[in-house]
Amino acid sequence: MARSRAHPYMPNSVPAVRRQLLASLGIDSVEALFSQIPDDHRLKKPLQLPPALTSESELRRHMSDLLSKNRSCEDALSFLGGGCWHHHVPAICDEIVQRSEFLTPVWGTPSSDLGRNQAWFEFTSQMGELLGMDLVALPVYSWGCAAGHAIRMAARITGRSKVLVPQLLDPERSAVIRNYCEPAEMSSHIEIVEVDCDPDSLLLDLEDLKGKLNDEIAAVYFENPGYLGQIEHQAEAIAAAAKACGAETIAGVDPISLGILKPPGQYGADLAVGSIQPLGIHMNCGGGLGGFIASRDEPLYAYEYPALMVSIAETTHGEHGFGLALAHQSSYGMREEGKDWTGNSTYQWAIAAAAYMALLGPAGFRELGELIIQRAHYCASLLDGIDGIRVLAKRGFFKEFVVNFDDTGQRVADINAALLRRDVFGGIDLSETFPELGRSALYCVTEQHTQADIQRLADTLAEVLRT
Amino acid sequence: MSVQLRRYHAAVWDEPVVMEMGVRGRRGCHFPAAEADVAAAAGSAEALVPPSMRRPSGPELPEMSEPDVLRHYLHLSQQTLGMMGISLFGTCTMKYNPRLTESLAARPWIADLHPGQDPSTLQGALEIAHNLNELLCELSGMDQFTFQPAGGADAAYAHACLTRAYHAGRGELEQRNQIITSIQAHPCNPATSAAAGFEVVTLMLEPDGYPSLDALKAAVSERTAALMINNPDDMGIYNPNIREWIRVVHDAGGLCFYDHANFNGVMSKVRARELGFDACMFMLHKTFGVAKGGGGPAVGAYGCTAELARYLPGPIVRKAGDRFDLVDDSPVSIGRVREYWGNVHQLAKAYAWTRAMGAEGIAEASDMSVLINNYMERELLKIRGITRSHPDIGSWRMEMTRFSLGQLYEDTGVSVMDVQNRMVDFGVDAFWLSHEPWVVPQPFTPEAGEMWSKEDVDYWIAVLQQISDEAYSNPEIVKTAPHNQAIHKLGPESLDEPGRWAMTWRAYKKKQT
Repeated sequence: MARSRAHPYMPNSVPAVRRQLLASLGIDSVEALFSQIPDDHRLKKPLQLPPALTSESELRRHMSDLLSKNRSCEDALSFLGGGCWHHHVPAICDEIVQRSEFLTPVWGTPSSDLGRNQAWFEFTSQMGELLGMDLVALPVYSWGCAAGHAIRMAARITGRSKVLVPQLLDPERSAVIRNYCEPAEMSSHIEIVEVDCDPDSLLLDLEDLKGKLNDEIAAVYFENPGYLGQIEHQAEAIAAAAKACGAETIAGVDPISLGILKPPGQYGADLAVGSIQPLGIHMNCGGGLGGFIASRDEPLYAYEYPALMVSIAETTHGEHGFGLALAHQSSYGMREEGKDWTGNSTYQWAIAAAAYMALLGPAGFRELGELIIQRAHYCASLLDGIDGIRVLAKRGFFKEFVVNFDDTGQRVADINAALLRRDVFGGIDLSETFPELGRSALYCVTEQHTQADIQRLADTLAEVLRT
Repeated sequence: MSVQLRRYHAAVWDEPVVMEMGVRGRRGCHFPAAEADVAAAAGSAEALVPPSMRRPSGPELPEMSEPDVLRHYLHLSQQTLGMMGISLFGTCTMKYNPRLTESLAARPWIADLHPGQDPSTLQGALEIAHNLNELLCELSGMDQFTFQPAGGADAAYAHACLTRAYHAGRGELEQRNQIITSIQAHPCNPATSAAAGFEVVTLMLEPDGYPSLDALKAAVSERTAALMINNPDDMGIYNPNIREWIRVVHDAGGLCFYDHANFNGVMSKVRARELGFDACMFMLHKTFGVAKGGGGPAVGAYGCTAELARYLPGPIVRKAGDRFDLVDDSPVSIGRVREYWGNVHQLAKAYAWTRAMGAEGIAEASDMSVLINNYMERELLKIRGITRSHPDIGSWRMEMTRFSLGQLYEDTGVSVMDVQNRMVDFGVDAFWLSHEPWVVPQPFTPEAGEMWSKEDVDYWIAVLQQISDEAYSNPEIVKTAPHNQAIHKLGPESLDEPGRWAMTWRAYKKKQT
């Protein structure tokens, strides 16, 4: 098949080059090269694909036409969160991850990958400072996947097969965790037991937790802040109760809160997991996710990590280098005998997060945390003052809180539709996920929301509820 | 062939670890203080945090100014070879990553979308996913794809989960607890099978390069849940009995999954569905032009037949009239393998790549990748110390060939890792060796695909020729390589020792004292 002009992505599509390659093999058609494939395996007709857009100008126009049908959180005023958040992304993070050197590599040598490996080590090192933990692996696909792996690690460490999780858990994350714990038919099934949450504080019911803890429990998984935004101030008691039963404590944390919230390493968590998306990574409609797993630096934990781990190392000439530690225990090294599995993950985002943490520093994280928690509480108090609206658990949250609309007589879906017509993306509808909370929505406020934005939300909600 | 080797040298910045940088009080980024009304109404931030949960002291992060952070990471980027030179990393199909789609995906219309937005505000993203689904269905013959799996291994895991759901639905899950694969299948196939709770049955290779049909027949039983296999394998050998294999597994009641990791050589030539497979997986970060990113974010696009579609993880994009929607209503869905519906920015890039190539371009890319591989094989086998796997198989290989430096190692003591380290001295990034277990000694697996010019491939070959010459004349120069990189090779100390490894700076500091 000869084309009239060479394809811009394919340097050898010049007819003369192709002929030269064929001639060097002593053949006159590529067809001969496919002789391994039996004739009855071959597709007999050309693929039916739309015409090629080989010119960048045409392709750009086509893609722009499609993309312009979207309305982003920059076009509208969004209060969506719950597992993916509209935080500010410093321009430097975008610049760095789009560098061709970081964008294109796959896997080189410790020397040729030096810069990238160092950036990865700077990701884990800075995460370690935020979390107060000494062992941090390269990220996995998402928070849910990190939680799933951490639970499986705990099951292997303890030789037990039950895990306690909060009843109020993100349905997306919860679905991933259920998947990782396997159905009951499988011999390696991990049974998930829900722990009640207090209906007023939305925090874990400590008595129920203690009642369900016993020597069959591999781990207690809880989140701080919880899915509904509340800061779990009983963290230390939860970890102590788990420890007393020989269970591991796994804390799911939002790293952007750690400028002002106590790190999991300081309240007894054995393992910490969470999302790296808040750290300088755009939401990308969910494509910005990445999950971290961290723990104490003890062989007991290190030997169970499925994720790749980068260690600082020394070269033959005493320079700093970076290499994989314990690579043999991964699925690359041991196939089905390896720890769960690993593969391409979200490593590009680790570099964005490294740059983000270096930009913020301790003062930036503190300022950011303070700003978010103040604006979130301001927003909650403003909304709570609107007729028919009630904020559940009015204090003690970080950036998200539950807004209840029971007294308005309106459904959250209808309220959100009315907000949308006014260019506001209302909070996540919880009515079906947690019917016990009534007609409620999860609102998220970040550093992106100014006082004026929050006022606009309150005014718009008031208007919507009047009509 | 006369090629002038480049006088390449990596950038040497002697860049400190970021944890050693900065000066107390420097700032790289400010946030505003809360507005006066906000602060007055909300109270102090400290008072808003329950006392037991207040951070007692700040994290020990570097304190740097904004330009210093930028320059630090620019320096690190310059100390990363990536595709600045030539990278023929086999099994990963190095492709051009069009800058157009990178810039498009960075726009707010992709970058700043929240997955929970009302579908009416996501019509462009959903249309792209819908269109990409149709393109992949045409390329595979499958009926429905999901883009939720965040990599090839995650797609394999999705298949293992779907296999569970399929057999559970028939009441046979407890009985069907085995997944069959081959020793040449990517490790993610056995690993995800085991992680999903299955026993793994691994078939070994026969002299013709793939396991025998008889071995498969002996392995299948009423316990067989699925077959997970790639074809061709990483040695460039195509299993001509694959139709019979699928028949045998189907007759035994198992599902058949086609790991299309090596799709580049067969795209437009075969279709998974017509070979009889129930499901397949494409890696959009390999075959479809999406950037590797050093290891993701990736997409393992998993497609299956209409019969199996009800088990797919949700949500799935559906078209209704002129509108696109997200549907998640199947009661037998496997739920989620990851939150939300995929790395959407990567879908946009893969869709744009496929549109830029078209049917003709895709067929041509497959032709070119097989043509250039056989050209490269011929030239490489002329170099002293290089052999290939299965030398007696006379046919042309597909888009890859598994080579061995066993002879070179025996003759000179220069290992395949030494050669990797020496190649980077010429601006050529590491080749892929082989997945475990190695079936030939000192293996390596280059793959040129359609993006590297004949001149690039000739340069790559010339570099290997040079290193072979060096190995036979002055092996020390290879064994002590690299010499033109920012750092030398890692020392012999094992990073598997608890007292030695340090995955964070804080661990490193503790272990130093």
